[in-house]
Amino acid sequence: MNKVLIIAEHDGSRLNPATNKCVRCAHDLGESDITVVVFAAEPAAIAAEAAKIDRVQTVLTVAHSAHAPLLSANVAPQVAAMASPYTHIFGPSTTFGKDLMPRVAALLDAAQVSDIMAVESARCFKRPIYAGNAIVTVEVEPGAPVIATVRTASFEAAATTESSAAIESISPEVTLPQHTRFVSMSAARSDRPDLQTANRVVSGGRALGSAENFQILYSLADKLGAAVGASRAAVDAGYAANDMQVGQTGKIIAPELYLAFGISGAIQHLTGIKDARTIVAINKDAEAPIFEVADYGLVGDLFQIVPELETLLSAN
Amino acid sequence: MKRILVPIKRVVDYNVRIRVKPDGTGVVTDGVKMSINPFDEIALEEALRIKEQGHAEEVVAVTIGGNDCQQQLRTALAMGADRALHVLCDEVIEPLVAAKILLKLIEKEAPILAILGKQAIDDDCNQTGQMLAALWDRPQATFASKVEIAGESVRVTREVDAGLETLEIDLPAVITTDLRLNEPRYVKLPDIMKAKKKPLDVIDPVSLGVTVTQRIKATHYAPPAARSKGVMVKDTAELVTALRSKGLV
Ligand SMILES: Cc1cc2nc3c(=O)[nH]c(=O)nc-3n(C[C@H](O)[C@H](O)[C@H](O)COP(=O)(O)OP(=O)(O)OC[C@H]3O[C@@H](n4cnc5c(N)ncnc54)[C@H](O)[C@@H]3O)c2cc1C
Ligand SMILES: Nc1ncnc2c1ncn2[C@@H]1O[C@H](COP(=O)(O)O)[C@@H](O)[C@H]1O
Repeated sequence: MNKVLIIAEHDGSRLNPATNKCVRCAHDLGESDITVVVFAAEPAAIAAEAAKIDRVQTVLTVAHSAHAPLLSANVAPQVAAMASPYTHIFGPSTTFGKDLMPRVAALLDAAQVSDIMAVESARCFKRPIYAGNAIVTVEVEPGAPVIATVRTASFEAAATTESSAAIESISPEVTLPQHTRFVSMSAARSDRPDLQTANRVVSGGRALGSAENFQILYSLADKLGAAVGASRAAVDAGYAANDMQVGQTGKIIAPELYLAFGISGAIQHLTGIKDARTIVAINKDAEAPIFEVADYGLVGDLFQIVPELETLLSAN
Repeated sequence: MKRILVPIKRVVDYNVRIRVKPDGTGVVTDGVKMSINPFDEIALEEALRIKEQGHAEEVVAVTIGGNDCQQQLRTALAMGADRALHVLCDEVIEPLVAAKILLKLIEKEAPILAILGKQAIDDDCNQTGQMLAALWDRPQATFASKVEIAGESVRVTREVDAGLETLEIDLPAVITTDLRLNEPRYVKLPDIMKAKKKPLDVIDPVSLGVTVTQRIKATHYAPPAARSKGVMVKDTAELVTALRSKGLV
């Protein structure tokens, strides 16, 4: 039987849905005993959320003022200290998980599987390489713990249940290092849906031309209840914030509907939207590579089409 | 001497269209253009700027790989690295092994910083920097978009999912680079000539006491599932009708 430990991601008060996706991935391992661990200054509410996820048997909490916000330098040695009973240790393939899990793996002298997109067996997985242009099947050597990050776009969220797993507080005996200090966090606050979990995403590229012009996409997004994304070129040019970047080095997303305006469709961008259910591309260049992956393509000027779309969507 | 170590990896150039071999044993790399991993070029650029600002005296580029990797080391020297180390090794190098080898070099070179790319664009692992920091028992600041040296510590702005996070970490430390950290300089012809005279040491991994093992075996490679061919619509009205009929808007 597998014993799986999942490191919860959260913002200090709420569980990030990425954690739930990790649990869903763990379901595919076969018969497993699943534990979620919450490192936080005040873990109670987060732990209560985690305890409701289907097939989570135990939630462990590690309360410490050093865990607000979470720093890998502090969390990794604590995970390593509690690792021995587990056959698998998973974190999400978000910037949080990517930062943390290799540090854990190295402390355990274990290799890591990055970005699990499918589980073949308890030690065999599929993962994307070369910006998703190839999918490799990998097998982890016998005996070693499987340390991995889970590509959240590849998994549905696990169901939540009425019953609640046992919640237990622990304190791993580790002296926390003093060499890493949090200074500040600047997050663009918005009432729009979160890019990584939104059902609909409206995204803009270099063609938008300015941050002001990007407003037409926000307006359309609000009409659709959509999140707003951007290509790297748009982010580099300062039209959009860095946390809006979609692609190989930005966010990998899987919305029901992705609308790309003035995005050429470079492979590094496409890798971020491969799992979108429906892709709509609007580009004035009929040869743009984005049309090769689009379910619906429309050749035209986005500055004309965006307002038209808004009007047509407002009609009934 | 205040030194910065910059590990660079030779990878298939990011413009190459990747093809999986029909027998599923790997991707086609014969005859394709190879380059320094783009994130590592950014790492090298940052190291050079830190040196130019007077916070470091020497920049050492390192690579672990086969003979061909010397091309990329020469490019790194032409960009401005002072010397290069080539850990000659033909086997598959997993991030953990790379980190162990880099740690051995760090023990010799005692750098104030190791700046790595956040990920190699071939394996897309995004592991080596974090593993190195763990083994070295030093701080890490991954996904850097701004680096400011301040005496014995460094302030790093990181591109994280929620926005921009700033950390202060004590030196020595590991930094991994994100795309917006800087724009790497172009190599000029005279620099390529000069680079030929710069020192490039070849090191045997056995002499470092690191055994190269493979703990994760790749058993099969496949192209990604293709998306089915879509349709072109003629105008906005037709698009909206199509999306409505699918219940998407
Ligand atoms: C290592 C690496 C990692 C990268 N990671 C990412 C990543 O994560 N995400 C990402 O997006 N990119 C990434 N890139 C960059 C990527 O290669 C492309 O450069 C980028 O995606 C291009 O952005 P774009 O499509 O907005 O711009 P362009 O390629 O310049 O395309 C603009 C498009 O807009 C169209 N257009 C112009 N005017 C209009 C108009 N009025 N109406 C309609 N259409 C119009 C044009 O026809 C064109 O197709 C990465 C690159 C590298 C090397
Ligand atoms: N074989 C190698 N030689 C030199 N540097 C490497 C090697 N492999 C990885 N690196 C460094 O580690 C970073 C992250 O690689 P990875 O963990 O494989 O995604 C790269 O951007 C390089 O800076």
